[in-house]
Formats: sequence, C-alpha cells, structure tokens
Amino acid sequence: MINKLWGFFIIVGILFTLLFGDIASLNDTILNSATSGVRMVLDLLPIIVLWSGIMKIAESSGLLQRIGNLVKPVLSKLFPSLKKESKALGYITSNIVANAMGLGSAATPFGLKAMEEMQKENEKKDEASDAMITFLVLNTSGVTIVPTTVIALRMMYHSQNPEEIIITAILATLCSSIAGLTLDYFRRRKKK
Amino acid sequence: MNTISKMIIPLFVLFVIFYGFFKKVSIYDTFLEGAKEGLITVFHIFPAILAMVFAIQIFLNSHLLETLFRLVTPLLNKLSLPIEILPMAFVRPISGTASLAIMNDIFANFGPDSFVGRLASTIQGCTDTTIYVLALYFGSLKINKTRYALSTGLFADFVGIVASFLIVRLIFG
Repeated sequence: MINKLWGFFIIVGILFTLLFGDIASLNDTILNSATSGVRMVLDLLPIIVLWSGIMKIAESSGLLQRIGNLVKPVLSKLFPSLKKESKALGYITSNIVANAMGLGSAATPFGLKAMEEMQKENEKKDEASDAMITFLVLNTSGVTIVPTTVIALRMMYHSQNPEEIIITAILATLCSSIAGLTLDYFRRRKKK
Repeated sequence: MNTISKMIIPLFVLFVIFYGFFKKVSIYDTFLEGAKEGLITVFHIFPAILAMVFAIQIFLNSHLLETLFRLVTPLLNKLSLPIEILPMAFVRPISGTASLAIMNDIFANFGPDSFVGRLASTIQGCTDTTIYVLALYFGSLKINKTRYALSTGLFADFVGIVASFLIVRLIFG
C-alpha cells in the first residue's frame, strides 16, 4: 500500500508539474525536500530520545504495566488479539493520553514503542497485525481533547473565544473515532 | 483547560521519576539505556520520514489539488459549501504543516470566528496526518503489507470532516 502511495505521489507530482507547472520550483523541491526531512527528524530526535529514557524508567519500575492494567478492561475489548500482560497496552494508553492533551510530539515516541511491542507478538513480520491497525485507526482519528496548536493560532488572530472549538472538536472526534473503530471491527471479523 | 495541559508533562515526569526511585530502580542507568533505544528508533524511522517528505513535497508542489478544486468550485458554490475548506481537508491526511498553513490563511482572510474559521479549527483538531503517521509507524517496523489500515484511517478522517461541518453548523449556526 505504502509502495503504491509513495509512487503515486512522486509520479503524479512530477508529471503534472512537467505538463502544467513550474519546473524550476520542482528542481528546488526535489533538492530541498531531503533537508526538510532531516529537519523533521531533528525536531523529533530530542523528544524521542528523552521520552524513551523516561519511559524506560516507567517500564522498569512496573508503572507502565500498572497504567496498562487500569485501562485493560476497555483496551482488551478494543485489542482482543493482544496478550493480557502485553507491554503494548501501557504504551497505547500513554499515547492516547498524550494525544488527547494535544501533546502530539510527546505522543509519537509512545506510539512507536507500542508498535514495537505489538510487532513482537506479530506472526507475520512484514504484515500489519489486527491490533496495529486498530491502534492506528484510533490514533489517526485523533482523540484530541485540547487541540493546543489550533487554540494558540486562534489566539494569535484575536479570536473572541479561542477555546470555543474544543467542544466541536471533541464531538467531531467522537464521530470519527466511533466510525473508524466500527469499520475496523467489521473488517477484522470478515477475515475470519 | 490550557493550564491542565501545561501541567501534565511536569507532573508526569515527576511521578515517573518518583515512582522509579520509590521502587529502587537505578533511574539514571535506566534512563540512559532507554535513551539509547530511542536513538536507535530515530535511526530506524529516519529513512521513512525522509522518503515520505520527499514524495509529499513533490506532490504538493505540483498544485494538482488546487487545479482540481478550481474545476469543482461552481458545483460547490451551488451546494453552498465553503470552498476554502477543501484544500485543507485534502491536505490534512498527508501533511500537518501544510494544513496548518492553510488554516493560517483562512484565519487571516476570514477570521478565526467565521464559519470557515471555526470549521477549519474543528477539522484540524479532530483529524490527524493519517498517511504520514501510517508511513512513519509501519516504516519504522519495515511492514509493507498494511492491509486495510489506510482505507479505514481515511474513512475515519472523512467522517470527522463531515461531522465537523454538521456540528459547527449546528452549534454556531
């Protein structure tokens, strides 16, 4: 899938620019995109390294498993294929909480760790497991309670009430999460 | 709400360190060990990020999306849908910075308290960069068979966008 998507972006992008667009800017884009990629990684690097360190402490002290246990009743319904004692559950919870509080960049390291843990239980290493897909659907449907960036930007443009969109965002998130999880549930069942 | 979200990281760090201390974990060594693992993670996701940024920038730079939107503008005007929101809705799954830039434009042109402004804020808040996240998470594990992950994620985004429109209309009129 990613294969096709990646090829599609590049082939369609270049062909369309060659036919109708500005070839000089395409040159710049190709040469500069690697630099923006590196910048993105450099932005992520300190956060991931720092949080991996802190979360390792949470893991060794058993805190992560405890957090996982707290939400296990709910999560085990969403992730029936994961083992009961799976460390992934703790990381999934941390990821959801960080995302919900609008701390997107802090959520990424937890998400990556959750994926690593799920990969350990995955039988086909080159194929996404059921649990991974459920996690990604939950993650990308954006369980945001406080969209911090949006509120900051609204403040910058002198909104009368920058926080007013919290309610609409929560309601819309609920709709998209429920829709995503429902579709995920049926597609998972269909396979069996 | 904002104060709570600012408190959460310091409190979380405090709690983790305190709990580790209390459970007699050698916190410093454990931190270094974890940080080293983090470094390896970054090393693994680096190519995936670079590859995706490369493809996405070429695609966005071609302005194919804008051209397509111009074609459907008359139709949308008939349906009284705010045309300004479309580029954002389409760019949102592939690039967080690009969709933020579009939202910035919307705020500058229409104000954050306009219908489009509120709609853009809601969409930005309730969806995520699905394609980018998928490429990052699966790329870091070298998983290339993603099965139904992408279509399900995009379906959730689509429902989120439609719901945003209806909800903003309902609440703010």
